[in-house]
Amino acid sequence: MTSTTTLSMALPVEHRDRLMRLAREVSFEAGERLFEEGRRADRFWIIRTGTVLLDLHVPGRRAAVIESLGHGELLGWSWHYAPYVWQLGAETLSPVRAWEFDAEAVRAACARDPEFGRAVATWVGRVVAHRLQASRIRLLDLYAPYGSGTPA
Amino acid sequence: MNDVPVPYQVTGVRRESADTVSLTLAPAGEEALEPFAPGQFAMVYAFGVGEIPVSVSRIGRRELVHTVRSVGAVSAALCALRPGSQVGLRGPFGTGWGLERAAGQDIVVVTGGIGLAPLRPLVLAALAARRAYGRLNLLVGSRTPEDLLYADRIRAWVDSHGPLHCQVTVDRPSPAWWGHVGLVTTLLNSALFTPENTTAYVCGPEPMIRATARDLLHRGVRPERIRVSLERNMRCATGHCGHCQLGGVLMCLDGPVIGWDRVESLLAVREL
Repeated sequence: MTSTTTLSMALPVEHRDRLMRLAREVSFEAGERLFEEGRRADRFWIIRTGTVLLDLHVPGRRAAVIESLGHGELLGWSWHYAPYVWQLGAETLSPVRAWEFDAEAVRAACARDPEFGRAVATWVGRVVAHRLQASRIRLLDLYAPYGSGTPA
Repeated sequence: MNDVPVPYQVTGVRRESADTVSLTLAPAGEEALEPFAPGQFAMVYAFGVGEIPVSVSRIGRRELVHTVRSVGAVSAALCALRPGSQVGLRGPFGTGWGLERAAGQDIVVVTGGIGLAPLRPLVLAALAARRAYGRLNLLVGSRTPEDLLYADRIRAWVDSHGPLHCQVTVDRPSPAWWGHVGLVTTLLNSALFTPENTTAYVCGPEPMIRATARDLLHRGVRPERIRVSLERNMRCATGHCGHCQLGGVLMCLDGPVIGWDRVESLLAVREL
């Protein structure tokens, strides 16, 4: 597993510059909801400072926090894949500054320039693969008593 | 190094979490073990039960601290000890972390679960000689906030040694948790280090070590500068029985701390 998922490491500079031309600076207070599971994924963010928690709604209970994201990380990938619906919710843990992107504008830019589109798709795919692998390792519950699994 | 257990007395017991305690041990008589280096381990003998390898988690002038998690018969017996009880100790065994090799470099310490225990002496040694090193990062992964080892002391390290860049992440947050959630490798994104001038020290469950080492490699840390501590079935601790063999490596002699360059290919061999 690698962590070349931050924008600065994952996108070639010419594509990064192009993507950043579509960005706008935003900031959020701690405790702000950024998106909700099941809603339309119409934007995404790259976190500059602060921490965002991803959570999953559990009826009758407090939302279960799945993961936290911080500096340089992509917040949201559902905007890239139809049906463009958030799979999780997100809430800021601390004050957050981020670059915000309009999903439709980025998708349109990707459609106009296949090379740019391929670079963005590779980046987003890498993020998804990275988080999948991290989730798989966490599924092992390595720090549990006796670690995971049974002796050979 | 002693081949025969030396009697040590339990002078302190501190409960670190529901299943983990730190035992402070002092020589019961005149005889004492030679000084330990951070990363080395002792064979700790619970009389009448058995002997297990335990890394040293603090090194005093005469006292040693071993942090033990109750996961088997011997470790359960050790965790049940009270002040005044005696154990047998052999050691010191194995290789140390080799902090001196990191002089002038950034340091990244990555721990998972009880893996923080063997690295505590290294963190304390680095903090005691801050000017000898570059930026010091401590990245800690824990199952839950309640399982986090040395929580109060971690806070004290950060408070009293400003340059320590410490981050903690948990797999399963409790409602009161106010921090990172996720695999410990994700903390590397915000760690402060220049990969080509960094020495990393990694200890935890082996899948976590592999994931961390690969991530560090990918960022540009040289494989020989990624020092990992591996657990194997150590029995004699003197290189005779072969139980801890990993390919051509005897972990009790060549390890437990070893460079990633020496073990990466071995860990990919299922038969080992």
